[in-house]
Amino acid sequence: MPQIISKGTVFDVVVIGSGAGGGTAVKVLTDHGINVALLEAGPMLNPARDFREHVWPYQVDHRGAGAHSELYFGRQQWGFFAAPVGYWDIPDEPYTAAPGNQFRWFRSRILGGRTNHYGRISLRFADYDFQPEDGLSDPWPVSYDEMAPWYDKAEGFIGVTGTREGLRTAPDGNFLPPIAPRVHEVLIQKSCRKLGIPCIPSRMAMLTRSINGRAACHYCGQCGRGCITASAFSSSQAMIFPAMKTGKLTVIPGAMARELATDGAGKVTAVSYVDKATRSEQQIRCRAVVVAASACESARLLLNSRSPRFPNGLANGSGVVGRYLTDSVGYTLSGNVPALAGLPRHNSDGIDGMHVYVPWWLLGDQRKNFPRGYHIELGGGFRMPQIGSFHGACAAGQGYGKKLKDGIREGYGAEVSFAGRGEMIPNRNSYCEIDARRVDAWGIPVLCFHFEWSENEINQVRHMHQTFQAIIETMGGKVNGPLPDPRTAGISVPGTIIHEAGTVRMGTDPARSALNSYCQAHEVKNLFVCDAAPFVSQPDKNVTLSIVAFAWRASEYLAEEMRKGNV
Amino acid sequence: MSESGDRSRREWLRHIAVSLSLGTVGNSVLSAQDAHHVHEAVEADKAAANGPYRPKALTAHEFATLQRLSDLILPADEHSPGALAAGAAEFIDFLCSASDEMKRIYTGGLGWLDEAIRRRHDGETFAGAAPGRQTALLDAIAWRESATAGMEAGVEFFEWARKMVADAFYTSAIGIRDLGYQGNRAMSEFHVPREAIDYAIKRSPFA
Repeated sequence: MPQIISKGTVFDVVVIGSGAGGGTAVKVLTDHGINVALLEAGPMLNPARDFREHVWPYQVDHRGAGAHSELYFGRQQWGFFAAPVGYWDIPDEPYTAAPGNQFRWFRSRILGGRTNHYGRISLRFADYDFQPEDGLSDPWPVSYDEMAPWYDKAEGFIGVTGTREGLRTAPDGNFLPPIAPRVHEVLIQKSCRKLGIPCIPSRMAMLTRSINGRAACHYCGQCGRGCITASAFSSSQAMIFPAMKTGKLTVIPGAMARELATDGAGKVTAVSYVDKATRSEQQIRCRAVVVAASACESARLLLNSRSPRFPNGLANGSGVVGRYLTDSVGYTLSGNVPALAGLPRHNSDGIDGMHVYVPWWLLGDQRKNFPRGYHIELGGGFRMPQIGSFHGACAAGQGYGKKLKDGIREGYGAEVSFAGRGEMIPNRNSYCEIDARRVDAWGIPVLCFHFEWSENEINQVRHMHQTFQAIIETMGGKVNGPLPDPRTAGISVPGTIIHEAGTVRMGTDPARSALNSYCQAHEVKNLFVCDAAPFVSQPDKNVTLSIVAFAWRASEYLAEEMRKGNV
Repeated sequence: MSESGDRSRREWLRHIAVSLSLGTVGNSVLSAQDAHHVHEAVEADKAAANGPYRPKALTAHEFATLQRLSDLILPADEHSPGALAAGAAEFIDFLCSASDEMKRIYTGGLGWLDEAIRRRHDGETFAGAAPGRQTALLDAIAWRESATAGMEAGVEFFEWARKMVADAFYTSAIGIRDLGYQGNRAMSEFHVPREAIDYAIKRSPFA
């Protein structure tokens, strides 16, 4: 659906990327009556057609294995029923890793990006996340108190469940009612209480009550497939579709941004992009630009926007663009709990993911051998059977026949899982840069990743294992599977937690940061970055809620600066 | 299960026919639970109309062997029909028809089963052998740790067959009912039955 945009048209703002950050910018700017064009590298979203919510596995001939059995051969990029429309590997858009390095880069190419399918865990960063007391990473140019009102707005708009707990590690917010814990979660709470670990109602962007014209959740537990009723937050449904109705928004799907063009004064005047359908070069003119293409894609765009005035890439006089790349530290462990075997059947779908979680609880503890902390996400319950649901039971039980069948029935719903999501300290060996030897299918130079976990992260993962094991055993359960390789301790492959951040960081010193505290480039006043790229560190609290809060604040600032004539 | 679970196939077909004539199906008026039953009814009707399934990738003999194997892996019992009735062989044959890699696993593995039986009982095939002979062979390959030496290829194949038969069975309407999964339907409010919580606590160290 190419749109004809006359050569003379100058948009007030071009927003690049339609995920949490781009969606927020579109909403806030169009609410101010500002004319916005939105570039999305993927297609338009049609929830009724694209979401596979409520589909039973047997309603698909391959039942979710993939048309060519991709799941069985480890080639499936993401669950068939999920809604990312994006992958670790996009054939037309490759990336490379430096020799001996590994990084998996997830991209979601559709209107709304990853917000269509993400876990929707919505945690505020804490005061000490912004101003670290250990000095291991740089302070942010904003404080928690400055951000609190923006978190209020973000939560009030997207809708976040929760309870007020008064924990410093998990600041309270503007919450919708929590959702009741499932049976295994009740046991986990009891286990945690015995161990002195907090386990509180989860903070998730699903509507336990109708707000802002979006229906309350119907508790089918399939938020990851995309929610037809938009009861689970997505930027596409909650922000962009309503903005389209204002007449202030022009959406340009299939548009792969190549470069930001600047004038003699060093301001962005236009965005060059490739229209994927025709592989033709297009240019769209603007008074300001919001780059929200996801942390690494935003860094790539700036690094590829070179000119005599900006030889290292746009807004990169400091050389920090691409640097300080982090992902969350991930570790997963599951166990079998005999107390849950043969549990009376009931519908435990609820909201997708956990109904209770464990926030960090050892702040200031001097005995642990790693800095910072992690939170714990929980899994379990009677999930809809899928391809692969019982591979573990088959491998553990072995054999065949009635005994196998009885064992699977008995063990259904008796498994619990724990996923740690921890803070990585930015390090000098983890960054992305342009790989000048290679271009993607659109002729755009690709990224090369460098990444290294340090002993900090490995020790943290060892601590996660001990904690998860203690929780499982305290509830009478037994840990599944063999112990991980002691060298890596089972730490996640870099990039696979899909929380990339830090690559266009903010700060007060233009020599050591690319953006100011409003996500505005120090060197280019009409350039803003509104994804997780501006984040100075990777707190143990998933980034999306903070992306919305920072993008909201940046967009209000941009609107005000435009009104004053400063941009 | 709700009373809707007891409706007959005929009634479900009548129900969907009415829905179709009112044009409501496309508007998602059908609840997930209704869709579940309607799907079963339609499948049963299709099967009755088309006669027996014709394999797409496997030979008739291979398919019959796979059917027997699936029946041994997850048999019918007092809870539910087994993998045979749930169409596990059909599912696997379907996947084989779109993946040469998958097809090789099954043509090779099913051939191995025949050859292994032939070595033990001259002239027999796996599908044609007496049930006791079939299970005697499976007993040699179905437990990796204690598998009979020299049977490694059989162990590898059996792991594929077991997990895929389980996938086919538990993603079918029959298997989902066997497990007692009650979700994939709209609830106006989420609640957890007290009796389920009490059941777990009573059996836990927190009793």
